[in-house]
Amino acid sequence: MATETFGTFKQRTARGFRVEREPSAPWVRAAIPFIALLVAFAILSVLLLLTGVNPLQAFYQLLIAPLTDASSAFEVLVKASPILLTGLAVLVAFTGGYFNIGAEGQFLAGAVVTAGLGVALKEGAPLLVIPLILVAGFAAGLLWALLPALLRVYLAVDEVVTTLLLNSVMGLALSGLLTGPWRDVGGWPRTPTISEAIRLPRLLPPSRLRAGILIGIALVLIVWFVLRRTPFGLRLRMVGMNAQAARFVGFNVRRTVLVAALVSGGIAGLAGATEILGLQGRLIAESSPGYGYTGVVVAMLGGLSAPGVLFAALLIALIQSGSLGLSQALGVPQYLGDVAQAVILLSVMACFLLTNYRVRRRSIANG
Amino acid sequence: MDSLFLIALLTAMLRVATPILFAALGETISEKAGILNLGIEGTMFLAAFTGFWAAKTSGSLELGLFVAILTGAALGLLMAFLTVTLGLSQHVSGLGVTLLGTGLALFLYRLAFTDPTTPPKLNAAFATLAILPAGSLLAPLFNLHLLTYVSILLVPAIWFVLNRTHFGLRLRAVGENPEAADTAGVSVYRTRYLALAVGGALMGAGGAFLSMALLDSFTFGIVAGRGWVAIALVIFGNWNPFRVFIGTLLFAIFQALQLRFQAQGLDLPYWLLIALPYLVTIGALVLAGRNAAAPAAMLKPYRREG
Amino acid sequence: MQPVVELIDITKQFGALTANAGIDLMLHEGRIHALLGENGAGKSTLSKILYGLYQPTTGTILIDGATVRFASPADAIRAGIGMVTQHFALVPNFTVTENVILGLHEGVLLQRDKARARVRKVAESYGLRIDPDAQVGKLSVGEQQRVEILKALYRDCRVLILDEPTAVLTPRESDALFLELKTLVAQQLAVVFISHKLDEVIAHCDEVTVLRAGRVVAQHAIRDTDAASLAREMVGRDLLMPERAPRAESTGAPVLHLYDLTLRDARGVNLLAGVNLSVNTGEIVGLAGVAGNGQRELADVLSGMQTASAGSYRMNGQDLTHANAQTITRAGVGRIHEDRFKSIIAGMSVAYNLAFEDLARFTRNGVLDQKAIRQNAEALIAEYEIKAQPGSRVGRLSGGNIQKVVLARTLSRQPLLVIAAQPTRGLDVGAIEYVHGKLREARANGAAVLLISEDLDEILKLSDRIAVMSAGRIVGEVAAADATLEQLGMLMGGVVSDGN
Repeated sequence: MATETFGTFKQRTARGFRVEREPSAPWVRAAIPFIALLVAFAILSVLLLLTGVNPLQAFYQLLIAPLTDASSAFEVLVKASPILLTGLAVLVAFTGGYFNIGAEGQFLAGAVVTAGLGVALKEGAPLLVIPLILVAGFAAGLLWALLPALLRVYLAVDEVVTTLLLNSVMGLALSGLLTGPWRDVGGWPRTPTISEAIRLPRLLPPSRLRAGILIGIALVLIVWFVLRRTPFGLRLRMVGMNAQAARFVGFNVRRTVLVAALVSGGIAGLAGATEILGLQGRLIAESSPGYGYTGVVVAMLGGLSAPGVLFAALLIALIQSGSLGLSQALGVPQYLGDVAQAVILLSVMACFLLTNYRVRRRSIANG
Repeated sequence: MDSLFLIALLTAMLRVATPILFAALGETISEKAGILNLGIEGTMFLAAFTGFWAAKTSGSLELGLFVAILTGAALGLLMAFLTVTLGLSQHVSGLGVTLLGTGLALFLYRLAFTDPTTPPKLNAAFATLAILPAGSLLAPLFNLHLLTYVSILLVPAIWFVLNRTHFGLRLRAVGENPEAADTAGVSVYRTRYLALAVGGALMGAGGAFLSMALLDSFTFGIVAGRGWVAIALVIFGNWNPFRVFIGTLLFAIFQALQLRFQAQGLDLPYWLLIALPYLVTIGALVLAGRNAAAPAAMLKPYRREG
Repeated sequence: MQPVVELIDITKQFGALTANAGIDLMLHEGRIHALLGENGAGKSTLSKILYGLYQPTTGTILIDGATVRFASPADAIRAGIGMVTQHFALVPNFTVTENVILGLHEGVLLQRDKARARVRKVAESYGLRIDPDAQVGKLSVGEQQRVEILKALYRDCRVLILDEPTAVLTPRESDALFLELKTLVAQQLAVVFISHKLDEVIAHCDEVTVLRAGRVVAQHAIRDTDAASLAREMVGRDLLMPERAPRAESTGAPVLHLYDLTLRDARGVNLLAGVNLSVNTGEIVGLAGVAGNGQRELADVLSGMQTASAGSYRMNGQDLTHANAQTITRAGVGRIHEDRFKSIIAGMSVAYNLAFEDLARFTRNGVLDQKAIRQNAEALIAEYEIKAQPGSRVGRLSGGNIQKVVLARTLSRQPLLVIAAQPTRGLDVGAIEYVHGKLREARANGAAVLLISEDLDEILKLSDRIAVMSAGRIVGEVAAADATLEQLGMLMGGVVSDGN
């Protein structure tokens, strides 16, 4: 019951012409994210001009300024780490036509399990404990994705609404835990800090960057390889493009979608695990400021390809970093970054749609 | 349980229910027309801000309410443009509208109120309207905000329009079988645009209630997931305004209870109570496949062939 | 008596295609006028012109002697034209009354009681048995059709067009429909009955216009003609019969054997009503028939897309009745789907599309063997003269080349049985020739070929034996060399001759 990402669009035809749906040339598909970005920045410029800000200065702050010195450049990587993973999670699901909007809840599931294990295990051989916790985080995300996946595959229940609802449930569970049994001393809604010994190591002190980014990059390669080079990846892509044809050819569409949905949840859970075990070190109420939803933006901006997701995650992280300096440098609220992300998402979607068609001379119609 | 406590609880319940009810009724209208609008959260948030800002700047609460409603309608129209005219996926469009509404609200808020330490407040929030004379037992229960009364009255009103007017018939037809509606001469596009605009306007009213009646200020946590609750409640209420109302009251009473008990320091897993509507809704969704109440054409963009 | 509708010299062109050419037609009140013809004869186009969905390229429409122009169905409805198509425009969750009054501008409030009363009155006065409060989704197909007719009558139509109305009905429902039509004409309605079913036209209509290739080939009062003449007119060619390669009777062993194959839909209606058929090695059996008589369902069952409700499907002795698509393919069945876009992934390369059905062959150590896939593609591109590179996107190829990809993928595996459904639909002459050549080649290699086609020319050209499908079963089989057009036309028109 999942809808296509891009709708069908037959315009009221100009005489003699017909717009039809056709896969566009590869170079066009690669160019879409860039075109979309240009459109998005154009729209943002209008907003900025209306509020009396020089757009070029604002864009400089957003995109260039963070790269001007080493420590802020590393901060970009820090910010990219969680959304790279959630972006990959969303990518895997969307590729198969399964709209997992539940990365937020799956992330938190992984985070919760990680915090629980991390605090409980206190000490232990890092080489053993860290992978164990990461795997547990993956499993937690996978389990949280299980119910919506089963409902979709076997009962044709729309996965978007179910995954969204479970996001809310997990959010409530999180606050229930943090205000209840996992309350810190003094009543603060946060867990104790996990001991440094079993946390993901810092990569380049004094930067806050941790090994989580390496896990992200490794996963980019793995996801790319599986999607592009293995039979499962090919089947998944086929199912996402044309499930009917995939069925005709003889593939087990249900199993393919189910596996993709579960792996997607797992990767999102892993994202939560790497964040808690890495940067954050403890579980707090704001452990996910929308990473799951940003993952959707990242996946779409990345053109639904693994290397694209890497680029998109870095870009979004760049914007998020740059937006922090906006108020200091220009007196512009940092939330411009949030607006930018939303405009980029809508722009990418619209551009994907419009470049998916070509105008053809009207040919034979059925009488 | 002493009756004062009960009255206070019910009053709190109605107060808590109002914004959610507006949002849920608005969502019912757009879903009945076949569009799942996931942009509620962002719509309420942005409307809460614009209404608040307009009220604070102009000194007129009524103007603020008006602006909030317009904001909601505008975002509804944006949603219509994305899903009806462009035919984009309703899911991602709704997410985009939520992200946009949220981002814009934050951005404009910081732009308008640059001092981060003292949150701005209205001189006066919407006052309540007492129907019964003070002193009678039930008086507090009938001393509610105007918007609360309006939201309750909207329930039968919307049911009536949907089920007893030609317009409602056309709107429902568009949500069930747009091809049939089109053949019968109903403009699918126009109907959906209207449904989303009206739905958005109602969501805007809900947002206004948050920043101008429930509280007298605008804070970042003001919506706090009510948008997602509204989606669950529409399904839970089987797309029927009366049942949506009941569902909203149930949810609100749990929330009101939670606030009361928490204030008294009781240690219960409240979150489970609050999570219950979501879980029950998932159950309802499973049955919805066999349930004729779900608008059959929801989630499919409509394109006339040829 | 002045005709209520007169069509003068109606021509309709869609680009290069002429759907209607110079059609003259008169409709009188109180008569049932049949529009008879095969698929693509132009019946639907003509009726859509009368209903305002299309505008004629040239020609005039007169209503009661006055020239009219219909810019949209709303105009036609106002002029008293109503149409019921095979695809109902009903809202299942609404009641009959709500469906009938949808779209009418009768004020703001729904006056349910008044509307219900009026619906009941109209229904009764035309002898239509229907409950105004029934939920349409729960009605039978025949009853739903009645609602569609009621919609037109409620809007005071004087001319009612019915497009293939019995296609979706059971025999009993068809009988009920004809009774209703009798009542309608008694009330001085003019009815247009579009059909390809000769027996119904003969039995129930007053006049008939036979269309072929967009033109009127004959117009009669029914009492002046008979089934055989109509069949000849409907199917006959001015040209000679297309040449058929003389072929001896196949002496091969049966490969495909269908026994009493039945498919029931969710309502229990028989989509396939006991199909008995066999195809031998080294022969092409052409399955002829007008669209909508079960051909698509048969192809679906044979391809593994649907499972038969009863009966058996055996290939070389192997029982495939409950097999899935993969098993069927592995058993040696080559399947060509009637809609090529449902069997290829348009967004992927030619090379991948050629490799799909057999991915295991192109996987080494769990990884796709890109070199083998590419080599396979190069070989097939050369052998099948596909105008594309291995890396080209399949969706951007011409229809003919896409079909070549499908053929290459299917035939290169040397299937024992080929199910070819509408294999040349939408292709140009050169591509059609190519496909025909490949099918003959498969036959020469010993395959059993089942050709399902709505194009009678194609059937006649290629088949060794012809089976005709009507109403979900095989109604007749002839050796191609012996087939006559009348015979085929009658079988296709559902007239089953005794002893065949």
